Amino acid sequence: MSTLENKNPDPLLKNIVFMNLVDEVVNATRSNSVWPMTFGLACCAIEMMATGAAKYDIDRFGSGPFRGTPRQSDLMIVAGTVTHKMAPRVKRLYDQMPEPKYVIAMGGCVIRGGPYVKHGYHVVKGVDLIIPVDVYIPGCPPRPEALLEGLFKVQKLMKREKVLDRTRRRTKPEVYRPIG
Amino acid sequence: MPPSKNQLTSEQIFAVVKEEFSSLVEGENLEARDPYLTLKADGAIQAQGGFADLARFCRDDSRLHFDLLSCISGIDYPDRQVIEAVYCLDSTVHNHWLILKVALPRNNPRIPSVEDVWRTADWHERETYDLMGVIFEGHHNLVRILCAEDWVGHPLRKDYVIPDSYHGVKNVVY
Repeated sequence: MSTLENKNPDPLLKNIVFMNLVDEVVNATRSNSVWPMTFGLACCAIEMMATGAAKYDIDRFGSGPFRGTPRQSDLMIVAGTVTHKMAPRVKRLYDQMPEPKYVIAMGGCVIRGGPYVKHGYHVVKGVDLIIPVDVYIPGCPPRPEALLEGLFKVQKLMKREKVLDRTRRRTKPEVYRPIG
Repeated sequence: MPPSKNQLTSEQIFAVVKEEFSSLVEGENLEARDPYLTLKADGAIQAQGGFADLARFCRDDSRLHFDLLSCISGIDYPDRQVIEAVYCLDSTVHNHWLILKVALPRNNPRIPSVEDVWRTADWHERETYDLMGVIFEGHHNLVRILCAEDWVGHPLRKDYVIPDSYHGVKNVVY
C-alpha cells in the first residue's frame, strides 16, 4: 500500500476499494445508457435504423435515444461512406461531443473505403484518418446483429473507465484539423 | 402508362425536329437501342435559333410536348477529343422520348444552358459541369454541386488523376 500511496497522493485514492465501487456504479450507468448520435451518411444508416426499430430493438441495451445533437451523445456511429466533402463535418461533430466519447466505424467504407478503395476519388480511405475509432464493424452493410455486437464491445470499453483518471480516454492520435 | 394516340415513333420525332432545325442536326441513329439525334457543335448552337431555341421548341411544340428533361449526362471520348453532352427528353403527355447528343470539343466544351426551358436542368447542368467540365453558358449559378467547392479538376474525365491527398487526408492506395 505504501508504494501506491506514494504514487497517488490524492487522498481519495487511498480508499481504493471505495473508488472501485464508484467506478463500477458510474460505468454501469454509463454503459447501460449509451446515447448514440443520429448520424447516417449512406446505406449503413438504413441498417442502423433497423437496429433501432422494433425487430432488433437497440433499446433493450439502453441505447435507444438517438440524440439529435453531438452535445448530448456519447457514441458516434459513423454509418456510411465518408467523403472528402463530409470529412470536416464529421471531425467537427466529433469535436463537439463531450468526453468520454466513443466511435464505431460501421461498414467497409468507413473502415478502409470499401468498394471505393481504389477508384473512389471522393472517399476518405478510412474514417480513422480523421477521428480515433474504438470499434470496427465489417460488412457491407453490417447486419443489425453485428451493430449490436459492436455496441457490446463499446460497453465493454466503457466498463474499463476510471472516474478519477480522466486522461485514459484522452488519446491524441495523429489526426488532421480540417478547415471549417 | 397507356399508349397515347399522339405518341410518335423516333423516326417521326426526328423528322419534326429536322424540319424546323435542319441546319443544326448533324445525323441520327435509328438502329441504336435508344435512337438518338446528333447535333452540330459549331457556332450555330450558340447563336439565335441554336440549341436553346431547339430545346424550347421541343418543349412547346404540340406534336412533341417534351415537358420532362429526364437527364443530362456527359461522356468523355479522349480518342475523338470530344465530350458528348446527352439530353434525354420525355413527354409525359404523349409518352414518347428523344435523346439528343452534342459532341463538344474536349478542350473547350461549351453549350447554351437550357435552365430557363426546364428548371430540372439547373442541377443536372451543375453536375455535368462538376464531373465533366462542360460549361453551360447562361446558367445562373454554375458552381460545383457534388465535389467540394475547392476541388481541382473534373473527376469523371478519362484522364483525371486522383490526387494524393485532399486537405491533408491521404488517399491511401492499398
